[in-house]
Amino acid sequence: MEIKVLGPGCARCQQTEKIVREAVAETGVEAQIEKITDTMKIAGYGVFGTPAVVVDGEVKSVGKIPDKEEIKAWLEP
Amino acid sequence: MDGDVDDHLRSIEGDIRKVMEMKERTKLLLIAGVFLAAYYIPWDHALIRQSGLEAFMMLREYAREHVLTCLIPAFFIAGAIAVFVSQGAILKYFGSQASKILSYSVASVSGSILAVCSCTVLPLFAGIYTRGAGIGPATAFLYSGPAINILAITLTAKVLGWQMGLARAIGAVVFAVITGLLMALIFRKDDAARTTGQIYVPDADDGKRTLLQDGMYLLIMVLILIFAAFARPASDATGLWPMIFAYKWYITVVLLSILALMLKAWFTRDECVNWIDSTWGFMKQIFPLLIGGVLVAGFMLGRPGHQALIPEHYVQSLLGGNSLWANLFASVAGALMYFATLTEIPILQGLIGSGMGKGPALALLLAGPALSLPNMLVIGSVMGVRKTATFCSIIVIMSTIAGLIYGSFAG
Repeated sequence: MEIKVLGPGCARCQQTEKIVREAVAETGVEAQIEKITDTMKIAGYGVFGTPAVVVDGEVKSVGKIPDKEEIKAWLEP
Repeated sequence: MDGDVDDHLRSIEGDIRKVMEMKERTKLLLIAGVFLAAYYIPWDHALIRQSGLEAFMMLREYAREHVLTCLIPAFFIAGAIAVFVSQGAILKYFGSQASKILSYSVASVSGSILAVCSCTVLPLFAGIYTRGAGIGPATAFLYSGPAINILAITLTAKVLGWQMGLARAIGAVVFAVITGLLMALIFRKDDAARTTGQIYVPDADDGKRTLLQDGMYLLIMVLILIFAAFARPASDATGLWPMIFAYKWYITVVLLSILALMLKAWFTRDECVNWIDSTWGFMKQIFPLLIGGVLVAGFMLGRPGHQALIPEHYVQSLLGGNSLWANLFASVAGALMYFATLTEIPILQGLIGSGMGKGPALALLLAGPALSLPNMLVIGSVMGVRKTATFCSIIVIMSTIAGLIYGSFAG
């Protein structure tokens, strides 16, 4: 599983990354987490707002810090 | 397989070490700089003492005059906007299918609603540029985003006078539209090269309140801000203004009670907690920067009528009056310099006190917050050097003209 956290490095984006990491660790799913800070790459996903979370190429949340439970639901196969 | 993971880990370790080493070197340079400054600056020299005193006198002026009545209410409004105004509803006007007129109008004012933090502005700009409504609305938004946020306009009006606040607000909206239209016109050919594809906007919350309720709630807060910050009218003034001034605290208390009733009737507990959280977030982020800015401005320039480190005749000869040169210098300097949120205001207050003209002051306000060297680099990486240079030139030229016009009225 491949998870990307999109955000230029503001506080909210860092918090999102932290929560994603915690959720992954708690569920024990094997996932690669990547933080994307390049503005053009972020725009390439078509997201109009950060932080955004992309799981296996699918945009899951935009412009907010997701809750941990929400993230765990995305991680389920 | 294990080898791959090991390699991967090792490369991460390498990256981390590189970052740490950079940081150690920066720290060393920083400490060396502070040491040299402490060692060599003639702290007991009369001018340095005077400047240091000015720095803290200016800080006291902000603490006494501006924090409680102006900044705190404005932070609450900014917090409310960030939490309760649905971004999704606004962003749909930036899609590639959106009507052009709507795109431009929304782009030119949405800065006051969407962007109090640069971490929203740049990704959104890149999104609108590459996938959405194109270069015109994107650059209009890029300009208006930082230029017309509610905190900046209110503090400008409070500290530098309502005329300057109003000129800044109007200038920012007009500039946003003109800049966007010019960019779209100059680069109309390559707008066709935009990629299309799915766009994702932040989820619109299912509104529990009507638009009218949200509007009333924001209106009440804006009124609280206006009355709490109501300036003492001239001593010989008669009629409405002195009367409002005499009753301003009663009016404010009534408005506050209305606000409390609204919160109880229309908002859930969670929403109020979110509101306080986001207000606190802004305060945390902005207050330290503003304190730093006020201290630096006070140290360098002093309060109006007081001498500090930079002699007044330098400021007067570069930025005094309303010449073309003074306006151009102010807008170019503003465009290159980086101002942390709101710090442009104490700096301008110091400059005006040292003899800067009103026209150049407006020119700096219009060119300053929207542009800076670091953000030019980021914009450049999104839309290329040629377009970035055009964008910056348009803003510098228009700011100079606006400064000349405003200066000829305000003197």
